[in-house]
Amino acid sequence: MEDLLSWIREHEEMIYIVALMIFLGIEVIGRVPSVLHTPLMSGANAIHGVVIIGAIIVMGKAEPDNYLALSLGFLAVILGTLNVVGGFVVTDRMLEMFKKKKR
Amino acid sequence: MELSILTFCYLLGSLTFIIGLKMLSNPATARKGNLIAAGGMVIAIIGTIFLYEEEGNKLGNYVWIFAGLLIGSIVGTLAAKRVKMTAMPEMVSLFNGMGGACAALISIVEFNHIVHLNGSGYTDRLSAGTLLVIVVGAVIGSVSFAGSMIAWGKLNGKIKDWTFSGQHIFNLVLLAIIIVCAAMVIINPLGNAYLFYVFFALSLAYGVMFVMPIGGADMPVVISLLNSFTGVAAACGGFLYNNKAMLTGGILVGAAGTLLTILMCKAMNRSIKNVLIGSFGTKVIANGAAKQQGAFKEISLSDAAMIMSYASKMIIVPGYGLAVAQAQHACHDLEKLLEEKGVLVKYAIHPVAGRMPGHMNVLLAEADVPYDKLEEMEQANEEFSTTDVVLILGANDVVNPAAKTDPASPIYGMPILEVELSKNVIVNKRSMKPGYAGIENDLFFQPKTSMLFGDAKNVLQKLNAEIKAL
Repeated sequence: MEDLLSWIREHEEMIYIVALMIFLGIEVIGRVPSVLHTPLMSGANAIHGVVIIGAIIVMGKAEPDNYLALSLGFLAVILGTLNVVGGFVVTDRMLEMFKKKKR
Repeated sequence: MELSILTFCYLLGSLTFIIGLKMLSNPATARKGNLIAAGGMVIAIIGTIFLYEEEGNKLGNYVWIFAGLLIGSIVGTLAAKRVKMTAMPEMVSLFNGMGGACAALISIVEFNHIVHLNGSGYTDRLSAGTLLVIVVGAVIGSVSFAGSMIAWGKLNGKIKDWTFSGQHIFNLVLLAIIIVCAAMVIINPLGNAYLFYVFFALSLAYGVMFVMPIGGADMPVVISLLNSFTGVAAACGGFLYNNKAMLTGGILVGAAGTLLTILMCKAMNRSIKNVLIGSFGTKVIANGAAKQQGAFKEISLSDAAMIMSYASKMIIVPGYGLAVAQAQHACHDLEKLLEEKGVLVKYAIHPVAGRMPGHMNVLLAEADVPYDKLEEMEQANEEFSTTDVVLILGANDVVNPAAKTDPASPIYGMPILEVELSKNVIVNKRSMKPGYAGIENDLFFQPKTSMLFGDAKNVLQKLNAEIKAL
């Protein structure tokens, strides 16, 4: 218990960010017209691709003889990149169409 | 110095995510917003690769990192560029699953790392908070991965609904076991290390079992929910590495995804609880089978062409059938032909038409249908009474009057498009089979309704030819 409390103290700043981001996320999305729901979901999908940063760190600090970490990390980097790149490209394709019709 | 630059990179990344999401919620700025967020992502990734250090050590294994980035980018770009507009929801689900898997893999490696370090007498990092974050990341990431894969399979028709009695209880028990195992790992990570893999496997199973019984109609809600799950899993990574870009991005998506899920549930008049328990399928099929009524009437193509050409106002109600048949271009052609003949043509878009909110808008946009021709449900409902013909293209549950009149109906209370207020209703469907909710539609048996069977694209092309010939 004490352990958990000290962890919370160490991460105080992060926990504040979490609380604020929850409200910000809701606020920012709140006024979206239903037309944009699919692209928005897709865009949000691309943004949570930030996990890629974690994958890069895992990969980068794996010892050269730790094959488990190397292979899992490598897989994680590929999957994370798929999420990021695929997500942004798909979203852009959807939005491209929206722009076209607004002429 | 380098670490300060990295902090700045992450700050920039976090801000672009917020600004990007904000801009994505406005049609005029959406595309730019997406690019801004992508730019921030690139900065954060490059910063991590070259500037990140832990205990004074820089990252290594550059060859592996760049190989992974390269493979992921090429495959991701090709997949995203090639996918058909109708298959977009599946694609989102698939990419979401990749993100979830990525988060789960990170947790596995980090857990191993901790156990390994402790084996050699190093106990510094064994805080309950860190373990909690790893465990939560593993559970949510793997549920999200397995669930997204099933959702993907269901949307492209590879996986059928599968239910058995007692499924809800089974799922709840599974979830309880996962939580118990996770708690035991947190309490005694070294002694119970094997349990980590037990609950990891169970989480994958839960992801499968959780999406399996949920019908296709609820899939958008599920994908949106899994999307926010992955966001939370990414945020767990943010805690693990004290990384504020991961934290901001993850929580933002978690919050936004949850709100989007709630909005979709509201539009379908379904509570999130019902969607999650997935009780829709079984109850509904029993209800639908019991109800068989009346005769319906068919209409010939030439008659349909005639009615439409001499109408003064027509409203098209597109649904999933339009998407499956890729009929958006044929539909736009019909609209243009009729407009030339002086018919006022509009589209009524139900919030959950197709497979995702906004799905129909994207499809029709692809076919260059002008923005101002699309009407949302409330507007359209005011106009049906002054409309001569309503053409329903592969929509079913969203126009089912049972939602208003029959309290026993499973979709009772869902807002619908009140097409029966218009003078004529022409329904294009492939057969008399019920829609996703699995219930009969009284609308088809009403005297003013006539059926036009066939694949939407095929029918529309023939219809266009008939109208031209008039």
